[in-house]
Amino acid sequence: MIRKGTWVQLHSVVLEPGLRAPQVPEDTAKAPLELWVKGWLMEDTEIGQAARAKTRTGRVVTGMLVKENPGFEHGFGAFVPELLAAQESILKAALEEAPDA
Amino acid sequence: MRDNSYQAVMARKNEIMKAAVGLDYSRFESGGIAFDYEALMASPGLDIHQVLAIQAGYGVGNTPLMELRHITALARKYAKPGYGARILLKDEAANPSGSFKARRAALSVHAAKQMGFGGVITATSGNYGAAVASCCAKAGLKCIVVQECFDSKGLGQPEIVEKARKCEAFGAEVVQLTVGPELFYAFLLLLEETGYFNASLYTPYAILGVETLGYELAGQCLDQYGAFPDRVVVTNAGGGNLTGTARGMRKAGCNSPLVAASVNLKGLHMASDRDFNRKSFTTGHTGFGMPFSTWPDRSDVPRSAARPLRYMSRYVTLSQGEVFYTTEMLAVLEGMERGPAGNTSLAAAFCLARELPENALIVVQETEYTGAGKHQGAQLAFARENGVRIAAGDPRDEVPGESIILPKHPAQLNCQDADLHHMRRSLIQKAIEGAKAPIRESDIQFLACETNSDASFVRGIIRQFGRVRHETR
Repeated sequence: MIRKGTWVQLHSVVLEPGLRAPQVPEDTAKAPLELWVKGWLMEDTEIGQAARAKTRTGRVVTGMLVKENPGFEHGFGAFVPELLAAQESILKAALEEAPDA
Repeated sequence: MRDNSYQAVMARKNEIMKAAVGLDYSRFESGGIAFDYEALMASPGLDIHQVLAIQAGYGVGNTPLMELRHITALARKYAKPGYGARILLKDEAANPSGSFKARRAALSVHAAKQMGFGGVITATSGNYGAAVASCCAKAGLKCIVVQECFDSKGLGQPEIVEKARKCEAFGAEVVQLTVGPELFYAFLLLLEETGYFNASLYTPYAILGVETLGYELAGQCLDQYGAFPDRVVVTNAGGGNLTGTARGMRKAGCNSPLVAASVNLKGLHMASDRDFNRKSFTTGHTGFGMPFSTWPDRSDVPRSAARPLRYMSRYVTLSQGEVFYTTEMLAVLEGMERGPAGNTSLAAAFCLARELPENALIVVQETEYTGAGKHQGAQLAFARENGVRIAAGDPRDEVPGESIILPKHPAQLNCQDADLHHMRRSLIQKAIEGAKAPIRESDIQFLACETNSDASFVRGIIRQFGRVRHETR
């Protein structure tokens, strides 16, 4: 049970697959248009249940409760050896004599 | 109760927009292809000095122009003797929200505040969201940013996720959606629900805001280096950056040629759920740059104030690998971490410098902040996880969505010219096809301005489409 007043993320479907705009490509048309928004939970609710939340602009939004205290996990990703090689090639080139000098 | 079905909401988009930007676009219309662009731009009633003052109130603008001596020296190694222009960089990352978009946002938020709106909404997955959120924080206005962020598996593009974080850091509400142009529908519903101002990237405010960038760079270049630039290179997506910069330069008396630069994402569909996370640039690419140049009125307002084909003298493209490589160049040779998307113009400048003499000046008019998610390392690691091949080799072998090829050597950087003639033709063709009334002389003059060409060029294209009889009847 997630307590009322907790900062949460809600999920909802804006358009079901059959109702997508006519111009979208086939792969997109097969998927629903989904929406995520964050706010303070307005009633005690279980994860996966319909919920209401108040957003930072004061809107009341509804959707399925998907996350409690949603944060960010993005970072710099796994090491990319090709970028180190790129740096080395640039530094080496900067020290080289000009090809036609 | 109001009908909120997709069709019903789209059908009332013009009235929603009229209320949400506080501007009646119908008064600029002629009834034909032409509309009064200059009257639209003059409608806010602000001169460049007033715009500068508004931006100064938000801590926006007056960013440094600096010479990239080591990158210039490197470019000269691959130029014929006496060639290799000096490369100058305007460090727009120094703006409060980390990009030139702060200039557009400051004017929009100022307008919203003046008109008495309680809040501002913007539909963007880019730096503009953070810029609007930042200015709203300063203005004490509420802010909602609507993003296209995830694919149907719920996988978020790291660069866009970072921008969501930044918007939240400034106190904004972020509404995130999966891939699809119907974001516009969700956006219209939010405008109706809240009655907030639409801080579109394409209103006159947004473009007037960029004019100071061109105005400043012309003045700084003259003061610091004794001449106006020989070329100004602009990363091009929706066209506002190029349009505003060109107009601002002209207000400073500077008519230097502008070169548009975009990352080549040919073959990737911008509305495709599959392609969404197979591109490693979310802006500054041809997927926006080409369609918005050849048909600017595809934007979220009835008439876009961003009309880049009027102002560009050349359009070049670069591969994703070339721009990532240039981003590393800026880091290791000049000690500056910026971008990556904003470095598209720098990659182009590195190539163009070789075509110009040593005493020529090339201005790269923009940088953007970098950080978690929004970084070449994050983008390449994400691309690799999504099955895109990363390798060192010849950047010409890169296939967008399948591979990213980093050059092995700076000499391999080589921008490709897009066909401007074809783009001009395409704009005229679309205008004629969409014309609801017989084409008049004023429409021909308008299309000549739109394409930076002349009336005989426009007539030639119209003739090719077999519409002469229709036109003269």
